Amino acid sequence: MLKQTEGSHAVAEAVALCRPEVICAYPISPQTHIVEGLGEMVKAGEVENCEFINVESEFAAMSVAIGSSATGARTYTATASQGLLFMVEAVFNAAGLGLPIVMTVANRAIGAPINIWNDHSDSLSQRDCGWIQLFAETNQEALDLHIQAFKLAEEVSLPVMVCMDGFILTHAYERVDVPTQEQVDAFLPPYEPRQVLDPKEPVSIGAMVGPEAFSEVRYLAHAKQMQALERIPELAEQFKAVFGRDSGGLTHSYLTGDADTIVVAMGSVLGTIKDTVDEMRAAGEKIGVLGITSYRPFPIDNVRAALQNAQRVVVLEKSLAVGIGGILSTDVRMAMSGLQLHGHTVVAGLGGRAITRKSLATLFAKATRGELGHLTFLDLDWNVVNKQLERERTTRRSGPAAESMLRDIGVVAARIG
Amino acid sequence: MSFQPVHFYQTGTFTVGNRLLSPEERSVQANLERTNSLNSGHRACQGCGEALGARYAIDAAMNAARGRLIAANATGCLEVFSTPYPETSWQIPWIHSLFGNTAAVATGIAAAIKVKRQQGQMADVRVVAQGGDGGTTDIGFGCLSGMFERNDDVLYICYDNGGYMNTGVQRSSATPPAARTATTMPVGPEPGNAFGQGKFVPAIAMAHEIPYVATATVADLRDLEHKVTKAMGIRGARYIHILVPCPLGWGAASQDTILLARLAKETGIFPVFEAEHGEVTGVLKIRRQQPVDAYLKLQKRYAHLFGKKPAVETIARLQAAADKNIRKYGLLDQEAN
Repeated sequence: MLKQTEGSHAVAEAVALCRPEVICAYPISPQTHIVEGLGEMVKAGEVENCEFINVESEFAAMSVAIGSSATGARTYTATASQGLLFMVEAVFNAAGLGLPIVMTVANRAIGAPINIWNDHSDSLSQRDCGWIQLFAETNQEALDLHIQAFKLAEEVSLPVMVCMDGFILTHAYERVDVPTQEQVDAFLPPYEPRQVLDPKEPVSIGAMVGPEAFSEVRYLAHAKQMQALERIPELAEQFKAVFGRDSGGLTHSYLTGDADTIVVAMGSVLGTIKDTVDEMRAAGEKIGVLGITSYRPFPIDNVRAALQNAQRVVVLEKSLAVGIGGILSTDVRMAMSGLQLHGHTVVAGLGGRAITRKSLATLFAKATRGELGHLTFLDLDWNVVNKQLERERTTRRSGPAAESMLRDIGVVAARIG
Repeated sequence: MSFQPVHFYQTGTFTVGNRLLSPEERSVQANLERTNSLNSGHRACQGCGEALGARYAIDAAMNAARGRLIAANATGCLEVFSTPYPETSWQIPWIHSLFGNTAAVATGIAAAIKVKRQQGQMADVRVVAQGGDGGTTDIGFGCLSGMFERNDDVLYICYDNGGYMNTGVQRSSATPPAARTATTMPVGPEPGNAFGQGKFVPAIAMAHEIPYVATATVADLRDLEHKVTKAMGIRGARYIHILVPCPLGWGAASQDTILLARLAKETGIFPVFEAEHGEVTGVLKIRRQQPVDAYLKLQKRYAHLFGKKPAVETIARLQAAADKNIRKYGLLDQEAN
C-alpha cells in the first residue's frame, strides 16, 4: 500500500510485518521514532506475540537481544552513534555467538564533540565486528532491507545491521510502498534457529575457546559472511519476485558502463550524486556512480568489475579514518588492487554537513580534470581550521578546540566564565 | 498427636545425608533424583565455595522448576571452570555471553520464553542468572538493577567470594574492609582494602522492592536450598546472594571452606536473612556468637592484622561492623544462647 510516511515509521511497519517476538528499546536520536512506533503497535496489540522491553541502556538492549535470540525468538532493536558504541561488547558477542538479531542503525556522528546529525562513523566503526551491514539509499529501500535482513540473518545465522542515514532518511516523509502481511509471510518463513536454549535438548552456548580452535571458529564467521555475499543477490531476486521491486543486493551501478570517472558512495547521498552526475552527463562527461549496499560483507568482485574500465574512482564517504583518510576507500582500494586507476578519497558530510549538488559538481569537475588530490575534505572551512592551528601554536592554554572554533565562526556568542 | 520438632542444625547442616529426616524432608542433594546440573569433572579449585554453592542452588532450582530451567552465566570462575572448550559441566541449557550483561541476557531469555509460551511452542521454563560478585556488584550492576526495576521473571544468584578471583584476586565492591587483594595490598599506613567503601547488594536489591531477596552461605546448605526453592515459587525478579569462600583468594585451607562460611555467619560479618518486597521477613540466627578474630585468623588475606604487632584497632573496627549487622538484622537468638 502506498503511503506518505516518515522513514522511521516505515521501518517500524516493516519490522512489525516481520513478526518480531522480542524488541528491546532504548532511546537515542535519531532512531527513537522507530522503537516508539513499534512500542505503540505492540501495546495496541497490532503485533501479536511480541515482548517490547524498555531497557536501561544500549548495552542492555543488545544483551537482552542476545538472550532472546538464543532462546529462539526473532529479535529486533535499533540504535545509533554513542548508543552503538555503548553496546559494542555485546555487538561483537552477538556476532560471535551467531545470533541472527536485526538492528537498525540510524547513522549518526560520534563525539566528541557531541553531534546528533548524520554521518557513517558509527556503523563503520563496527566494520570488523562480524555483523552484516546493509546501507539503505531511500526510505523504500530501508523498509525493504529490513524484511530481507531478517531472512538473511536467519539463513546464515549472523546478525544484520540495516543502516539508514539519521534524520535524512529517518525523519524524512516520503512515499513508500508498505507490503501486505501476506507478501511478507510468503517471503519470510518463521525463524528456525540453529542453536537454541531448550531444556528438552540442553546445550552450552558461549563456552570458552582457547588457541586450539579459536582460529577455526573465527574463520567460520568469515565463511558465513562469504555465504551471505552469495545469498544477498539471491534474496534481492526473491524479494523482487514477491514484492515486485528492486531493493537490496550488493551494489547498485548507475551509468558506470562507459564511465571514465566513477563515484563510489553509500546511503542517501547517492541520490544527490546521481542528480549531479545526470547534469554532468548532459554536458558530455562520462561519469557514473557505484552505490554500495552491502558494506559487510564487502563485495570486492562486484566493485572491481564495476570499476575496471574506468580511469578514476572517487570514493565519497561520510566517515573519516583519522590518521589515514577514508574507511570505505580502503576497502574500495583493495578491490582496485592491480587495476591502473586514479583513486581519490573525499570525506564529506561529517556531523550532518549538507552535501550539495553545487559542491559535488565542483568536486567531480575537478576530478575529471585530474586535479583532485588523494584525500579531500569537502567544503572544509580552512579559515577556521588555520585560525585554530595558529592559536594552538601560539598559546599553550588554547582551551577546548571545538568551542574556540565555534566562537570564531560566531555560533557561540560569549565566552563562558 | 505426638510431634517432635526437628531443628535443622541437628540434621541438615554439617552433613548432606539428612538421615534423621523423613525422605520428603531431605535435601535435594540427598535425593537420588537430583539433576547434577553442574556435573563433576569441572576444573574448580579444591574447596571451591562457588562450585558447591552453584551445585546446590542450581539443582534446587531445577527441582523446583521440574527440570525446565535455563541458566545465563557471567564471565568469571564459574564460567571458566565449568566450560573449558570442548567440555561442559552443565547438564542444563546454559549460555555465557559477557561479564557485565548476565541479568539482561536472562531478561531476554525470559521474554522469549513468555512469547514462545503464548504461541504454545514452549512449556513453562524458568530462568536463572548467575555470576560472581565482580560480575554482579560491579560490572553487571547496571543490567542487574534494570532487571530488578522491570521486575523481570528471573532469579539472579550472586556467588560472593569478595573479589575478582578469576583474574588473580583483585578488589571488587564486595571485598571486605582490611582484606588483602592484589589491588589492595597490605602495605602503607592503611593496609588492605579501605574502610568506608563497598556496597551490600542485597540491601540495594531490597530497595528495588522486588518480590524476594535472600542471603545464604555454603555452610547452611539446607537454608540455601530452601531459599532457592522458595524463590522459584515466586514470579518476578528475585535475588539470592550466597557467600562462597575462596581458598585461593582468601588464603585459606581447602578444608576450611564450610567452616569459614559458618564463621562469617556466626560472627555477624555476613548477615543471613530473607526479605520480601523490600522488608526483612526472616533471619538465620547466630547459634553461638564468635569473635571476628576466629574468622579472620584462618585467612591469609587478613594475615597483616595478626603480625608481631596485631592491628587491634582494625580488628575492633571489623568487630564493630559485625556487631552492627547483628543489631541491624537481629541476628542473635537469645534463646539459643
